[in-house]
Amino acid sequence: MSIMIPEPKQVAGMSEVKNPVIEARKLGLTFQTNDGPVQALANVDLTIGKGEFVSFIGPSGCGKTTLLRVIADLEKPTSGSMLVNGMTAEKAREARAYGYVFQAAALFPWRTISGNVALPLEIMGVSKAEQAERIKRTLDLVNLSGFEKKYPWQLSGGMQQRASIARALAFDADLLLMDEPFGALDEIVRDHLNEQLLELWARTEKTICFVTHSIPEAVYLSTRIVVMSPRPGRVTDVIESTLPKERPLDIRETPEFLAIAARVRDGLRAGHSYED
Amino acid sequence: MSRLKPSWQAVLAILFCLAAIASGSIAAADPAGVYPYEATKGLILALIAGAALVSMFRIPAMLEVLVLFIGAHVAAWLLIRGIAGVEGTARAPFYLLIAAAWLLAWRCVAVLSSIRTGSKQVSTALRLIVPTIFGAWILIIWEAVTRGAGIPFILLPPPSSIGVRIVNSLPILAADVNQTIFKAVLFGYLIGCGTGFLVAILADRVPFMRRGLLPIGNMVSALPIIGIAPIMVMWFGFDWQSKAAVVIIMTFFPMLVNTVTGLAASGHMERDLMRTYASDYWQTLFKLRLPAAAPFIFNALKINSTLALIGAIVAEFFGTPVVGMGFRISTEVGRMNIDMVWAEIAVAALAGSIFYGVVALIERAATFWHPSVRGG
Repeated sequence: MSIMIPEPKQVAGMSEVKNPVIEARKLGLTFQTNDGPVQALANVDLTIGKGEFVSFIGPSGCGKTTLLRVIADLEKPTSGSMLVNGMTAEKAREARAYGYVFQAAALFPWRTISGNVALPLEIMGVSKAEQAERIKRTLDLVNLSGFEKKYPWQLSGGMQQRASIARALAFDADLLLMDEPFGALDEIVRDHLNEQLLELWARTEKTICFVTHSIPEAVYLSTRIVVMSPRPGRVTDVIESTLPKERPLDIRETPEFLAIAARVRDGLRAGHSYED
Repeated sequence: MSRLKPSWQAVLAILFCLAAIASGSIAAADPAGVYPYEATKGLILALIAGAALVSMFRIPAMLEVLVLFIGAHVAAWLLIRGIAGVEGTARAPFYLLIAAAWLLAWRCVAVLSSIRTGSKQVSTALRLIVPTIFGAWILIIWEAVTRGAGIPFILLPPPSSIGVRIVNSLPILAADVNQTIFKAVLFGYLIGCGTGFLVAILADRVPFMRRGLLPIGNMVSALPIIGIAPIMVMWFGFDWQSKAAVVIIMTFFPMLVNTVTGLAASGHMERDLMRTYASDYWQTLFKLRLPAAAPFIFNALKINSTLALIGAIVAEFFGTPVVGMGFRISTEVGRMNIDMVWAEIAVAALAGSIFYGVVALIERAATFWHPSVRGG
């Protein structure tokens, strides 16, 4: 099992992070299934600082979604510890520390777009006047003004996903967890939403954890890329992006971008070589 | 382009008219020598054949519909009026002419259903007219066959005498409806569905209840109502309370089972979403799980609307004060007043349809978001 222990270089790299929002120490998660135990995460050490944009990339089954769900306290780790904002993940969830964007928009079809954005606010007991103000602000932020009265099934897939991002932003959590939010959308819509997401991140200065299986998407968006590999799910490489904060779409053709993408691809390949 | 557009219904109707002329007298010899319809035979033939011929020309659809409608229905009316007083004497031409008139009505409905219109009112009217003509012809053929063949009144009364009976017995029917529907059915339905719903939520909250109650629920819902109705009468007396008890038992379990299924209908992702908001049990229930369960709950409400009516009527067979739809059916059968039995059946069918329709309308308004309602 020695291969699961991360290289010392990475651990050292992480300890430099200031204002940690997420701290995972020797995190492990084993699911008990009918076919015996499945190790979804093993020995994950990771620190994410305030204001970072961190992507988790890896082949399916590498535990990147599971890791995000552990941060969100939707799964309980079976070993190690997970701290969010310095509290346990459960306490952080109860304190509504984060907004979560799922693979599908998961909007409630019986609520209008503004009704859907209001949902977390209603649950958290925000006053009506404050709700209206925040709905307007967050729908502005995702460029959905004018669609307040529409029902989710009257909008395109890209607009639905933008509404679900608005819903996650509505209650002003500093942390945004996104689980392959654009995975089901076509390339053009995806490019557009990636651009908008970067803009939104720059404006709100939130910490974003972003799960994806697209290398260009990960490199384009992130300040740091966490490469993971399966069986058992573990972190194999952490890549600091050297790209500037201002990123037009055509930055993806620069040699710098391609160099980072190549390193991510190498990391993914290295992870695979552990198989068999 | 030809000026003619023959339809098979019109051609067949004309052939039937020719066959009717060839097969001679429209009815068997009448001892009194009175043939009220022989006098109108020519008129009937002219109406049917004329309407059929006109319909084969290229004329505006609305004009064609009008000609066919008048031809078919006036002819049918003349035929049925003609047989009055000499029931059971009809011969082949009578049935041939009724069949020809029916074919014209068929053609009329076919033309109506093919009309495409942009106007909302017109298309709504068309949606109502087509089934109305269809239903009317079931009654017309029923009337013509029972009168033409002289079917004994006890076996099957013609719809006209059922209609006369309904009109003449309105106070009795109203009292029966009041007793059975407004007391037993409504009370039992509200209590049965209400408790079914509440127990479903209880079962959802307490897993032990779910595991214990649902298998028993399935068993009880298989209980024959005939078996429990007399027991309910012994427990709760002859009046409507015992019928309401039967209705409660019948409606409770469909509601329970459907609500429990519906509460499990919301997706994992949506429930995870509520969890990320640290939403408590009741918030998740009211904001996510009950709205997602609404289609299932309305399904139970619709099933129960017909079950409740059946339950109350059958329960009245086992003892009741001298009023109620089930009581009337069982006693009037004994007194050979079959038209009264049919009158009660017609009223029950009407009441059941209205009940179901109201529930279905509320469902459409409440689950407007569901793909089966919004159509996509």
